[in-house]
Amino acid sequence: MKLITAVIKPFKLDDVREALSEVGAQGVTVTEVKGFGRQKGHTELYRGAEYVVDFLPKIKVEVGVTDDLADRVVEVISRAANTGKVGDGKIFICDLENAIRIRTGESGPEAL
Amino acid sequence: MTRAIQVVKNGGWLALLAMFAPALALAQEAAPALSSGDTAWMLTSTALVLFMTIPGLSLFYAGMVRAKNVLSVMMQCFAITGLITVLWVLYGYSLAFDTAGMTKEAINLATFVGGLDKAFLSGVAREGLTGTIPETVFVTFQMTFAIITPALIVGAFAERMKFSAMLVFMAIWFTIVYAPICHMVWSGDGALMWDWGVLDFAGGTVVHINAGLAGFIACLMIGKRRGYPTTAMPPHNLNFTIIGASMLWVGWFGFNAGSALASNASAGMAMLVTQIATATAALAWMFAEWMTHGKPSVLGIASGAVAGLVAITPASGTAGPMGALLIGVASGVICFLAATKMKRALGYDDSLDVFGVHAIGGIIGAILTGLCADVSLGGAGLAEGMTIGSQLWIQAKGVIFTLAYTGILSFVILKIIDVVMGLRVTDEQETEGLDLALHDERGYNL
Repeated sequence: MKLITAVIKPFKLDDVREALSEVGAQGVTVTEVKGFGRQKGHTELYRGAEYVVDFLPKIKVEVGVTDDLADRVVEVISRAANTGKVGDGKIFICDLENAIRIRTGESGPEAL
Repeated sequence: MTRAIQVVKNGGWLALLAMFAPALALAQEAAPALSSGDTAWMLTSTALVLFMTIPGLSLFYAGMVRAKNVLSVMMQCFAITGLITVLWVLYGYSLAFDTAGMTKEAINLATFVGGLDKAFLSGVAREGLTGTIPETVFVTFQMTFAIITPALIVGAFAERMKFSAMLVFMAIWFTIVYAPICHMVWSGDGALMWDWGVLDFAGGTVVHINAGLAGFIACLMIGKRRGYPTTAMPPHNLNFTIIGASMLWVGWFGFNAGSALASNASAGMAMLVTQIATATAALAWMFAEWMTHGKPSVLGIASGAVAGLVAITPASGTAGPMGALLIGVASGVICFLAATKMKRALGYDDSLDVFGVHAIGGIIGAILTGLCADVSLGGAGLAEGMTIGSQLWIQAKGVIFTLAYTGILSFVILKIIDVVMGLRVTDEQETEGLDLALHDERGYNL
């Protein structure tokens, strides 16, 4: 099993969610996060006072999948979240040791 | 504003006054009697002007501070509303509008401040009239002006002044600055600036220059906020600010058109020019910002509207629509430069731009009032024997006197309070935020 963590542009969330359900990912966890990469921050201006905002809002999408689905999931996220501009985000892939469905106590791929 | 009273009291001044309050001049023919139309409008105007302070100004200011200080600003505006109401009843109305001992051109104590004949509102009877409206309505209408003026100052020292010191300052400032200036400008023959012939229909000198400079002095004496200007202090909720500015805009019809003290042609024109100048100034600030910074902003257009409202205030009884356009453009652009470039160049921390918007806007308005009153600019016309030049000089004299008076006294009051009880919260309280440090509350429990 793999845990796939994607940090994406907020306005791409709906596209990513749709793409994930099309390939059969059963569930996803979404968090509003802030950070910076090569896009850096932006400036805000209030009555002439300029502030540099270092951290930009992003969405973190976490999805646990079986090994055979992992490549496909990474592929659809990359496609759905892509705008071709700096700041599209990153995808991180980790091995997932186990997963448990709290309601039934099932574990492993069954629980995903 | 008080021309209506004078029309009733001093028939001799009628010729001059008739130009400004034609309907009232006609009313003079008969004995003054209550007009239900005038009274209805003044009841409405009074409510509108109170609405400007709570919640209009409170929201306008509260949106511009950081989240940890949102309640402190709302609390200050609300407490001032209570404090000034009580002081107005006890002695404020009397200091401002007691006309005992006043004679035209004669200089005595009553030239500068009213006596105590009307303290505790003595003599304000249920049936008594001021012009064509009940004196009770006049007392309340003027009270709402006395409330908003100190409340405006709050923006200059937001996020760092002790609440207790703020209350003491406002009580003393109201007593020895607001009431006398109000008396000198509006109380009629024998009052200093009234006799000079200063045109101030709804409070350019009395309200805006007065509060604007007091704010400037206060922000210099209390000092900058910790971390200013190197730390980011962006407004925490501009939604509040634009809602507050919108309420101010609507409420201002009571402020300006209400200052006719009647439901008449003067009130109608005041309403029209108020709308024109405000809209023009909002656009002028927006475009000025767009050109210099590349984007139009919500804070910018809201600030521009307030600058326009301020500037048209003294002129609203005498200017015509073309004058209003001129005043709108001038105040929008110049106040933009004052609140952005000038403030940054000089380095003072007038947190919410009380000086840049109210003092500068008030001065622009007061001066241009002299110009726009002339018939050549569509105004109501100057007093007999006045030229544009001489009226401009009188306007400038009014501005300079008000600046000197309020500047010196505000400094003295603040100095004394600083020595006796201190003006500023501790560093720790300031960092924690005034909401928790001074009020044991939070604006947002999310």
